[in-house]
Amino acid sequence: MNKLQIITKGIIKENPVFVLLLGMCPVLGTSSSAINGLGMGVATMMVLIMSNAVVSIVAGAIPNQVRIPAYIVVIAGFTTVVQLMMQAYTPGLYATLGIFIPLIAVNCVLLARAEAYASKNSVLNSVFDGLGIGLGFTLALTALGAVRELLGSMSVFGYKFASGDGMLVFILAPGAFIALGYLIVIFNKLTKIKA
Amino acid sequence: MAKESSLKNMLLCLFGVTLGVSALLGGVYILTYESIELAKKNEVNAAIAAVVPAFDNDPSVEIIEKVVDGKKVKIYPALHGGEPVGYAIEASTTQGFSGLIVLMIGFLPDGTIHNSAVVSHAETPGLGDKIEQKKANWSLQFNGKHPDNFKLSVRKDGGDVDAITASTITSRAFCDAVELAYKAFLTVTQQ
Repeated sequence: MNKLQIITKGIIKENPVFVLLLGMCPVLGTSSSAINGLGMGVATMMVLIMSNAVVSIVAGAIPNQVRIPAYIVVIAGFTTVVQLMMQAYTPGLYATLGIFIPLIAVNCVLLARAEAYASKNSVLNSVFDGLGIGLGFTLALTALGAVRELLGSMSVFGYKFASGDGMLVFILAPGAFIALGYLIVIFNKLTKIKA
Repeated sequence: MAKESSLKNMLLCLFGVTLGVSALLGGVYILTYESIELAKKNEVNAAIAAVVPAFDNDPSVEIIEKVVDGKKVKIYPALHGGEPVGYAIEASTTQGFSGLIVLMIGFLPDGTIHNSAVVSHAETPGLGDKIEQKKANWSLQFNGKHPDNFKLSVRKDGGDVDAITASTITSRAFCDAVELAYKAFLTVTQQ
């Protein structure tokens, strides 16, 4: 499998949100606007790429019985790195995403990729896998955020193009479930036609 | 291939991994420490500048910390040419709909409310978050009012404040924090 295929696989065939349905907690929690979804997606992608690379390097030296705690320590470490970076250089975004950033550490997408892919593949392939899955996660979050923002506050990326308040339910938690459900339907319909 | 899961191997491996990650975190912490402190300070300074008239001192250095009604309150005096032009008071309340609401209230030296800003809150988006000035101009009704002749509670409770529609709890909490800030203001000026 070449590098491009590894990336597109993460976006379409194994999209973590629309196909694998992994990491739903941050997906539903942070997608109240397109910019929040994008920020959370990129933060997760950063952690995923770095943890995939490191796990792929050290996997050979880790005894089987302690591999999960070792991976979690690596993932949590990089999550804190990203958290500190965001706090220092993008305080505005950090203020809105706040409590969801530390939760990247327990996002099952990361552990799933470490266990199922990075520990069995080369460093370079693992980095590309992290990039692909991360992009898929980011695109899904941004799409969901954009749909919720559009219906909930009549704007996209903070750009308001219609007056009025929109449907409040889409900003709140139930709207996240409704919007995500319909997006999954549309996504699967489109990918089925393609295949 | 993965090493044998002997006790020695497992201990060594986990020790090595945690040591490596700790070293990384220590390094990043040192690298970002100054920027984080600066970002926090800028945030506080921006909130102060928004709620009091123009000043030429550094209020975050002359901060006075007080305990009023059992709650911690931060008072930032704003001076212009050595004369006080206002006080920015950071007060918080737990009476909100979800979690802590932290406000920065600016008072003129005579006690009139000059302006207010929300430092942090977790109120419902679309309802309670109208306390933010960028979302709605609800909190502007406090500006120019003096708490002595403007009762700081919502009309439902016999006060003078128009509550946000469908967010009476949030509105009450906001009044609660302003009230606390005013009490803190009195402790500073009536000495």
